Amino acid sequence: MTSPDPQPKTTQPSPHQIEIRDLHASVGDLPILKGINLIVPRGELHAVMGPNGNGKSTLAKVIVGDPEYTVTGGEVLVDGVNILEMEPDERARLGVFLAFQYPVEIPGVTIANFLRLAMQARKAEGEEVSFTEFYGKLLAALKTLEWDESIVERYLNAGFSGGEKKRNEILQMLMLDPSYIIMDETDSGLDVDALKIVARGVNSMRGPGLGGLIITHYQRLLDYIVPDKVHIIVDGKVVQSGGPELAQKLDTEGYDWVKELATA
Amino acid sequence: MTINPEVKDISTDYEYGWSNPEKYAFKAPRGLSREVVEMISKAKDEPQWMLDFRLKALDIFYSKPMPTWGADLSGLNLDEIYYYIKPEGMNARSWDDVPDDVKKTFERLGIPEAERAALAGVGAQYESEMVYHNLKEEWEKLGVVFLSIEDGLRQYPDLFREHFATIVPPEDNKFAAVNSAVWSGGSFVYVPKGVKVDIPLQTYFRINAESSGQFERTLIIIDEGAQAHYIEGCTAPAYNSDSFHSGVIEIVVKEGARFRYSTIQNWSHNVYNLVTQRAAVYGNGVMEWVDGNLGSKVTMKYPACYLLEDGARGEILSIAMAGRGQHQDAGGKIVHFAPNTSGSIVSKSISKDSGRSSYRGLVKIYEGARNAKTNVECDALLLDEEARTDTYPYIEIEEKTARVGHEATVSKINDEQILYLQSRGLTGDQAAGLIVRGFIEPIAKELPLEYAVELNRLIELEMEGSVG
Ligand SMILES: Nc1ncnc2c1ncn2[C@@H]1O[C@H](COP(=O)(O)OP(=O)(O)OP(=O)(O)O)[C@@H](O)[C@H]1O
Ligand SMILES: [Mg+2]
Repeated sequence: MTSPDPQPKTTQPSPHQIEIRDLHASVGDLPILKGINLIVPRGELHAVMGPNGNGKSTLAKVIVGDPEYTVTGGEVLVDGVNILEMEPDERARLGVFLAFQYPVEIPGVTIANFLRLAMQARKAEGEEVSFTEFYGKLLAALKTLEWDESIVERYLNAGFSGGEKKRNEILQMLMLDPSYIIMDETDSGLDVDALKIVARGVNSMRGPGLGGLIITHYQRLLDYIVPDKVHIIVDGKVVQSGGPELAQKLDTEGYDWVKELATA
Repeated sequence: MTINPEVKDISTDYEYGWSNPEKYAFKAPRGLSREVVEMISKAKDEPQWMLDFRLKALDIFYSKPMPTWGADLSGLNLDEIYYYIKPEGMNARSWDDVPDDVKKTFERLGIPEAERAALAGVGAQYESEMVYHNLKEEWEKLGVVFLSIEDGLRQYPDLFREHFATIVPPEDNKFAAVNSAVWSGGSFVYVPKGVKVDIPLQTYFRINAESSGQFERTLIIIDEGAQAHYIEGCTAPAYNSDSFHSGVIEIVVKEGARFRYSTIQNWSHNVYNLVTQRAAVYGNGVMEWVDGNLGSKVTMKYPACYLLEDGARGEILSIAMAGRGQHQDAGGKIVHFAPNTSGSIVSKSISKDSGRSSYRGLVKIYEGARNAKTNVECDALLLDEEARTDTYPYIEIEEKTARVGHEATVSKINDEQILYLQSRGLTGDQAAGLIVRGFIEPIAKELPLEYAVELNRLIELEMEGSVG
C-alpha cells in the first residue's frame, strides 16, 4: 500500500498527518507519558530528543500499539483516524512503521520469507505479491543499503550485530513503503559509513508522502537527515520545539537547560 | 453406499477428519484372543513359523503389564479394539484397479497430486493391507524391493525370516508384543549392495474403521554401501471412540550404508499412538530418523539407533506438537555398542492449551565403546500459561572415554517477538505461527519440500486462535 487514504466521516478533507493529542500512558501504575502533544504532517520529518529514560521509546511503542503500555488518556490520529483501539497489525497496514531501538531476533525465519509475508499482509484479499514486484523491490533496497543479496537468506536478526539489526530495520522500511516512520535511535550502534548508508536509505524515501519521527541523541544523524522540526521530551512531555538549530544547541550545551524548563 | 451411523465428526479443525463408509471384506471380532490371531494368520495364508511366532507373541503380550512409566494409558481399553480388518480390493497393482471409495480417500489425501509431482514409489496402506503399490521400473531393475510386508514374506521368505523380529523382538515391550501377534500391513524394503535410491520411497496410510487398531509392521534392509530415504505420511479421520495404533518398524543398516526414515504423523485426536521403531546400524553406517508427531491423544515414540559396529552413526530429529487434551511423549534412543560410534538427538516440542509434551530419551554407552560420543539438544516452546513440558533424559555411561552433551531449553512465545511481527502487518495468529515455524525450521528443512509445506500447514491449523 503506497498511500492509504482512509476517507474521513465528514466531508472535510482529512489532514495527512499524525496528530498526538494530550497522550498519557503508563506501565502498570507508573505514568510515563504525561500529556504529549505533537503534529507531524506528511512531507516532514521531526527529530525527537531528550535525556535517557524520559519516554521517547515509550511514545514510539504506544503509537505502534505495544500492549505492555496502558494508554490512560489522549488520542493518536493518523490521517484523522484514532488508532489507539486498533491492533498493532492494523496500524501497520495503515502505514505506520517503527524501526525499533532493540529489534528482536526470530530464529528460523529468513528475512526473505518474512519480507514477503509482510508485503503480502498489506495486500487486499485475493491480491498476491508477485515475484517480480518482490524481487525487484528487494534488489533496489539492498542496493541502496549496500547489502549483499545473501543477507536475506539469514534468519531475521538472529546473531546479527547491533549495526546489522539497525540496517535490517531500514531494509524493512524500504520494502514496506510506510506513510509514517518512527526511527528509534537507529543511529546508535552504526559505524560512520553505515550511518551514511542508512541516512541515504531514509532520504531516498523522503517526499510529500512520508512523515515521521526520528528519535536520536546525536546531531551526527541529523547532519545527514536534516529534520524539519526538533522536539525535546522531558518527563513524558514535549518541553521545547524548534528548528534544526535546537538540536545543535543540545549538542553543545547538553540537557541541563531543558531540564530546568521542565521543572519550571 | 450407506454412511456408518457411528461416524461423527467430533473435531471441526481436523481437516482430514472425514470418513468413508466402511466396506470390508473381512473383519475379526472385537478384542484379542488366540482365535483372532489364528484367523489373521489363516487369512494371510502364512507359513507355520509365522503363526507360531504370533501365538508366542500373544503369550508375551498377556504376561506383560501395561507400562506405567510414561504417558497415561488408562483410557485405552484393549478389549474394545478390532485387531484385524481387510478391505475389499486389496493389493491392486494399478490405480484403475483400486475401488472407488478407496480411491476417493487417496485423492483427498492428495496422492494423485503426489504422483503428478513425480514422486516415485507410492505404497499406500488402506486399513491393514496394501491396496496400491507402484514402484518405478528402474528400481526393480536395480533389484530394489518395495512391497507390502505380506508380499515380502511370500516373495522373499529367507531374507524376511533372517531379519524379522531380530531388531524388535516381541519380548521388547507390551506393544511390540501385541503388534507381533496381530501385525498386518506395512512395508518390506530391500535395497541391494551399493544401490543408491535418490527419490524417497513413500507410503501413506490411514485408519478408517472405527476402533480398528492399526498394527503395521515394517522391515527395511539397506545392504552394504546402499542409500535410501523412506517417507511415511499419515493422517487419520476423527472418530468418537478411542483408536489404537501400535506399529513396529525394524531397520537394518549394513556396513557403509546410509538410510533416512521420515515420518509426519497427524493422527486424529483420539488415537493412542504407541510405536516401537529401531534401527541396527553396522560399521560406518548412518541412520537418520526424522520424526514429526502431531495429533493423537497419546503418543509414545522413541526412535532408536543401536550402533553395533565401529564408526556407526545415528541421528534423531524429533518434532512434537501437543494441544488440548494431548500428551506427546517422544524423544529418541542412541545406544553405543562399539568404538568410535556417534549420535545426536535433536528434539523440539510445542505445547499449547493444556497440551503436554515430554522429551524422553536414552543415551547408553556400553563399556568398550571407546570414543563414543552423542549430543542431545531438546528445546521446548510453550504457547501459553496452561501448556506443559518436561524432560526425562536417561544417560547411562559405562565407558570412561565417552563424551555426552545434553542441552535443554524451554522458551515461551515472546510478546516482543509477536509485537515486532505485528508491527510489520502480520496478524497475531500469523505472527505466532511464523515463530513456531521458525522454531521447527531446523527439522523441517530436512524434509522434502512438499512434506515441509504439509508440516507447516498442519501446524498452522493447530495454531489457529492461539494468540489474542
Ligand atoms: N516495560 C517497562 N517496564 C517498566 N518500566 C518501563 C518500561 N518501559 C519503559 N519504562 C520506564 O519508562 C521510562 C521511560 O523509558 P523509555 O524507554 O521511554 O525512555 P527513553 O526516553 O526512550 O530513553 P533512552 O534515551 O535511554 O532510550 C524509563 O524510566 C523506563 O525505565
Ligand atoms: Mg529509548
